[in-house]
Amino acid sequence: MTVILDPTDERVPVVRQISERTGSVQGVVGLLNISKPRGNILLDELDRLLNEGAPGVEIRRYQKPTFAKPCPDALRHQIRDECDFMIEALAD
Amino acid sequence: MIDTGRAFTLTDLAGSQHDFDGNGPSLICFVKEDCETCNIAGPVLEAFQKAYGHGAKLLVPGQSGEKNAEFARRHGLTMPVLADEGCKASFEWDIEIVPAVFWIDAGGKVVTKFEGFVRDDWQALSDQIATQTKQPKAQIDWDSLPAWRPGCGSKHFDPEIYDKLRAEADGSVLRARKVEVASGDDMAEFMFDQGFSDGLPLVPPTPERVMRMLAGTHRDPQEVIATVPPNMGVGTVEKIAINAVMAGCKPEYLPVVIAAVEAVCTDEFNIHGVTATTMGAATVVVVNGPIRDKIGMNSGLGAMGAGNRANATIGRALRLVIRNVGGATTGGVERSTLGNPMKFTMCFAENEEVSPWEPLHVERGFSKDDSVVTVFAMTGGPVHIVDQTSRVPDQIAGSLGQGLEGVFLPKMHNLPIDALLVVCPEHIKTMTRDGDYSKTRLRDRIQEVTARPLSEMVQDDHSGAGISLADAEKLGAEKLAQVAPKFASTDYIHIVVAGGEAGKFSSAFHGWSTGPTGSISVSRKIDLG
Repeated sequence: MTVILDPTDERVPVVRQISERTGSVQGVVGLLNISKPRGNILLDELDRLLNEGAPGVEIRRYQKPTFAKPCPDALRHQIRDECDFMIEALAD
Repeated sequence: MIDTGRAFTLTDLAGSQHDFDGNGPSLICFVKEDCETCNIAGPVLEAFQKAYGHGAKLLVPGQSGEKNAEFARRHGLTMPVLADEGCKASFEWDIEIVPAVFWIDAGGKVVTKFEGFVRDDWQALSDQIATQTKQPKAQIDWDSLPAWRPGCGSKHFDPEIYDKLRAEADGSVLRARKVEVASGDDMAEFMFDQGFSDGLPLVPPTPERVMRMLAGTHRDPQEVIATVPPNMGVGTVEKIAINAVMAGCKPEYLPVVIAAVEAVCTDEFNIHGVTATTMGAATVVVVNGPIRDKIGMNSGLGAMGAGNRANATIGRALRLVIRNVGGATTGGVERSTLGNPMKFTMCFAENEEVSPWEPLHVERGFSKDDSVVTVFAMTGGPVHIVDQTSRVPDQIAGSLGQGLEGVFLPKMHNLPIDALLVVCPEHIKTMTRDGDYSKTRLRDRIQEVTARPLSEMVQDDHSGAGISLADAEKLGAEKLAQVAPKFASTDYIHIVVAGGEAGKFSSAFHGWSTGPTGSISVSRKIDLG
């Protein structure tokens, strides 16, 4: 961890901003398997639940070549262009 | 060196924690593995341990990381040799040289302290410990040891370590919020994400870098230099220093940045308006006086960019202060229609040595020996004025005048608007070929050659700018035949000298809205302590 000093007038908290939550799921939901063992089981289950709970939603599946490295640019761009939402399965 | 023992918790060579509560009887000796004098002291310390170890606690904080073990092995040390990671204890115990010895009594008072190796001091210390611990004296062949050896500088004085320690110390002068950036985050990307940047990469303002930057000024880090528009952020020396680090400044540039911040945050200069205007104004900083050479500013070849660190980063630091402390972000209060590359940076020094005139700051009431920043609100420039063939002083002066016709729009005259004319050395040579050519004469010449009949300024098919047809009718033919120069007064024509020896190319910056409701140029003396 590195520490830097805030160059601003400090009226705004320095935090990573999360995307705005719309309150509903629609359009295309991407399910990204990062290639960790059993990630597919979690995503299969999410796939099933989404189909049941949000039948109008289109689900697309993606897979990183390896969990050990950042997602390749081409795949990131593909996901960005094709999806409205993204769920990533991280754990074993 | 401290007078009272201070508590510390350090790990020994086996990785076990040692809590020292600051009290004695204890002998603390700071060492460095590669210090010859420490290696003379090593066997003496072990003899002390054997003789007095039952009556006093001996601790040896080492500054050499993994090599502390080598030091212990070399001298067969049996007392705890501790790792002074990051030299924090060395810093807190305020030592300068190793070996540094502290003999501390039961109440925590430092009874004896010294640095280096003076045999008599060490021998006297041995006697003192023997008396106070009621132990037999250590068996040491004192005559075999050198009478005197200087120690080595304590490792915590290495600049990188020292600045970090000073920044993190309890009494640190730093007050800015600390932002923790996870090791997995890319620092450059993080700073972009936080909106700290003008669009270019930034130098991370770590506490140690900010400490080094603050060394460039004698001013208190918490002194408020200005309230910075548009958010009226509190522009302390520390905040300015943080932004100066990010801009890439050296510490010696900081006084110039401070003076520039002070100048733009005045009511006269009105940085709020300069930032907010859709017209795209930017601050042009001109530096005069001895500091130009002291910090390596460029007033010659390529003065207005690029390639000189001082010129580039001082202007950039000023802009970052307005962005970060003032909150002037593009699309926020920064509303410029097209923007302006000078919003990244525009700062240069006047070439006073080549100039036949009083330097800008002297003209504005300062002494030649003062170092001064002058700030102008400019919307355009540098616009080069090319004349390679004039050989007569009035011709060159005339060309410089014609080169200023473009301010706002060539058709618009009698403008109450500033212009900053930067005359190059070759044009100076031609202009002064026959002797003195004063600034007053140059200004008059500019007004003379730009004078045009008002009739040329009436709105027409070519341009709807200028005098309306209705007003033109009211004025009548006689008045429309009167001439108007480019500027409402010669006071709007500011002149400096800069540039390299070769090339007949002067340049001009075109102003913004000049006056109390717009911006008035401001000069500030640079406080060098």
